Amino acid sequence: MLEVKNLHARIEEKEILKGLNIKVNKGEVHAIMGPNGTGKSTFASILAGKDGYEITEGEILFEGQEISEMDPAERAHLGMFLAFQYPVEIPGVSTTNFMKAAINEKRKAHGQPPIEAKAFLEMMKAKSKIVELNKEFLTRSINEGFSGGEKKRNEIFQMAMLEPKLCVLDETDSGLDIDALRIVANGVNSLRNSENAFLVITHYQRLLDYIVPDFVHIMYDGKIVKTGDKLLALELEKKGYDWVKSELAQD
Amino acid sequence: MENQSEDILLVKTSETEYKYGFTTDVEQEYAEIGLSEDIVRFISAKKNEPEWMLEWRLKAYQQWLKMAEPDWAKLGFPKIDFQSIIYYAATKKKPKLNSLDEVDPEIRKTWDKLGISAMEQNKLGNVAMDFVMDSESVFTSFKEELNKKGIIFCSISEAIQEYGDLVKQYIGSVVPPRDNFYSALNSAVFSDGSFVYIPKGVRCPMELSTYFRINAENTGQFERTLIIADDDSYVSYLEGCTAPQRDENQLHAAVVELVAHDRAEIKYSTVQNWYPGDENGKGGVYNFVTKRGICQGYKSKISWTQVETGSAITWKYPSCILKGDYSIGEFYSVAVTNNYQQADTGTKMIHIGKNTRSRIVSKGISAGKSQNAYRGLVQIQPNADNSYNFSQCDSMLMGGDCGAHTFPYIEIKNQTGRVEHEASTSKIGEDQLFYCNQRGIGAEEAVHLIVNGFCKEVFKELPMEFAVEAQKLLEITLENSVG
Ligand SMILES: Nc1ncnc2c1ncn2[C@@H]1O[C@H](COP(=O)(O)OP(=O)(O)O)[C@@H](O)[C@H]1O
Ligand SMILES: [Mg+2]
Repeated sequence: MLEVKNLHARIEEKEILKGLNIKVNKGEVHAIMGPNGTGKSTFASILAGKDGYEITEGEILFEGQEISEMDPAERAHLGMFLAFQYPVEIPGVSTTNFMKAAINEKRKAHGQPPIEAKAFLEMMKAKSKIVELNKEFLTRSINEGFSGGEKKRNEIFQMAMLEPKLCVLDETDSGLDIDALRIVANGVNSLRNSENAFLVITHYQRLLDYIVPDFVHIMYDGKIVKTGDKLLALELEKKGYDWVKSELAQD
Repeated sequence: MENQSEDILLVKTSETEYKYGFTTDVEQEYAEIGLSEDIVRFISAKKNEPEWMLEWRLKAYQQWLKMAEPDWAKLGFPKIDFQSIIYYAATKKKPKLNSLDEVDPEIRKTWDKLGISAMEQNKLGNVAMDFVMDSESVFTSFKEELNKKGIIFCSISEAIQEYGDLVKQYIGSVVPPRDNFYSALNSAVFSDGSFVYIPKGVRCPMELSTYFRINAENTGQFERTLIIADDDSYVSYLEGCTAPQRDENQLHAAVVELVAHDRAEIKYSTVQNWYPGDENGKGGVYNFVTKRGICQGYKSKISWTQVETGSAITWKYPSCILKGDYSIGEFYSVAVTNNYQQADTGTKMIHIGKNTRSRIVSKGISAGKSQNAYRGLVQIQPNADNSYNFSQCDSMLMGGDCGAHTFPYIEIKNQTGRVEHEASTSKIGEDQLFYCNQRGIGAEEAVHLIVNGFCKEVFKELPMEFAVEAQKLLEITLENSVG
């Protein structure tokens, strides 16, 4: 589904990604772990097509198609979704209206008519249950005055609504208490199927107790330096990031 | 890449065409060009007015001669030659109409283009519409149903004939002719407009609506609207405006007066999209309007809601004089400017009675090379114990060539008065756009969404159909040629 080859990228003359490789097949869950400032969010933003980054080398293939030059909305229409580390407030725009616009723009891109009101409302109802969001919540301005947990649950709700192929979660667990973490993880697990894939970026292994990954990658200084299964996350938890650093130094 | 998305916004906002640029080909009757005492007499005679009305006009004209154009608003435009304007134009056939079928087909066509065809009227269902084409009110519907309740809704000319005493009592009582240069001018030459009287204890069962339109070339339009809500009554009034597209500038100087008696409530909503001029700033309407309401009675309420998307120049401050104790004034405004448009708009809340309250919510959106100013006065007079105002003025900028300005004037002459003011200026954020884009919402749609969200507090004050229209107008004003 996703194949990133030797990706180098910079922001304002500063090289952040330094030869990143990853391959994600459908049906898989990959975790990317790594210390702060290592380029995890940068990688997520570049995948989603955010402005301001310069790709100096490498390729990003989504279902075999090079997407580096596509604008973010086009990538979304192809089925890419990013759950933001810091979801953005849009005053006066309810989650309901936001989702309606998003779904209809995607339908338009695929030559489909706008979604019918009834179908939309039923979908909202069903999907909001997944992350235990109540109705009142969906009529409020999106992310405005939401708690950290509410913002993250809202991100997963949107993911459920848009039914993407590739879901990138950027530190969705940070700042969540254990209950919110459980809700978010349950939401993600219920969306897993053989046709989609997840890229879960996290700083702590805690989340991976709930969302069990098929692969764990350790990212350091702009590239993936170690790949393993879920046991790697536990090992990392026990030994700390210094272990990775010292191993690298030995090589 | 901040610049790139700003470029998108600039393209988006500068290639908008005015949708209502057409003229109606009906025979018109004009007054001679220019303004003189004779013209004032001519207009009054044309309308077969009583002597007192003529006297009133002449007095206003004399006052106008002694006045100078205001120049304090943050507007720049060439001097208007008041002698090159035609002050009266009317369709020659004088239809007295009972049904839509009798309306001149050309006028019907105009209505169709404006989107207020008979079908539309049926769709709107509950809207009684008084259509003013240039100076003559040609059609009033739903009159009978209103008559049953004792509600008067007619053209001001008709009111002068039929309800002379009411007009005489109230006209100029809120906006005296000498109030300002344009109100004096309007008082001398006003051609038509609407008159509403809601009797004691009556709740007007439908929204009353006037669709104004400047049609004839080189004519100024000087409507005069007077709305009186007697004790314990309620009325919601809608005003919509469009004008055909012309290269030269047209002058529009209306006066609107509202009077609310004890416990009465008047809700006045405007959607203004006069021709704004082209993308180089050529043509467009000069809109210099005096709108003022007086909360005369105890616990009375006046609420102004306006969505201003049109006109080359807008100079407009719908205001409330809160005279009755416990009276309430509200002002909700969205002003959008693009290309070379200039808007200087806001409100005055004059607290005179005790325990009076006012609320101001102003949303300014500037794009292109436009200038958008909020100018407001909150005055709490010595006897206005325990009065309170809340003001919120938010500006949004699109691109780097436009301007937003806020001039809040506050005068508190009573120790117990409280005034709260909040202001913000924002650009549509990169982060907001990216967030929308990531969800598949393209740049143009994202801007609509964010802008509509920004204006939501004001839109929700509008009657439903009007809110939808306002949203569409906003999108047209900020439209991208692509998509
Ligand atoms: N806009 C920016 N300008 C300059 N440097 C940036 C910018 N955004 C992020 N960085 C830098 O890029 C590096 C990687 O950041 P980030 O991708 O957020 O890391 P992570 O998500 O792994 O904590 C950090 O050193 C950070 O300071
Ligand atoms: Mg990060």
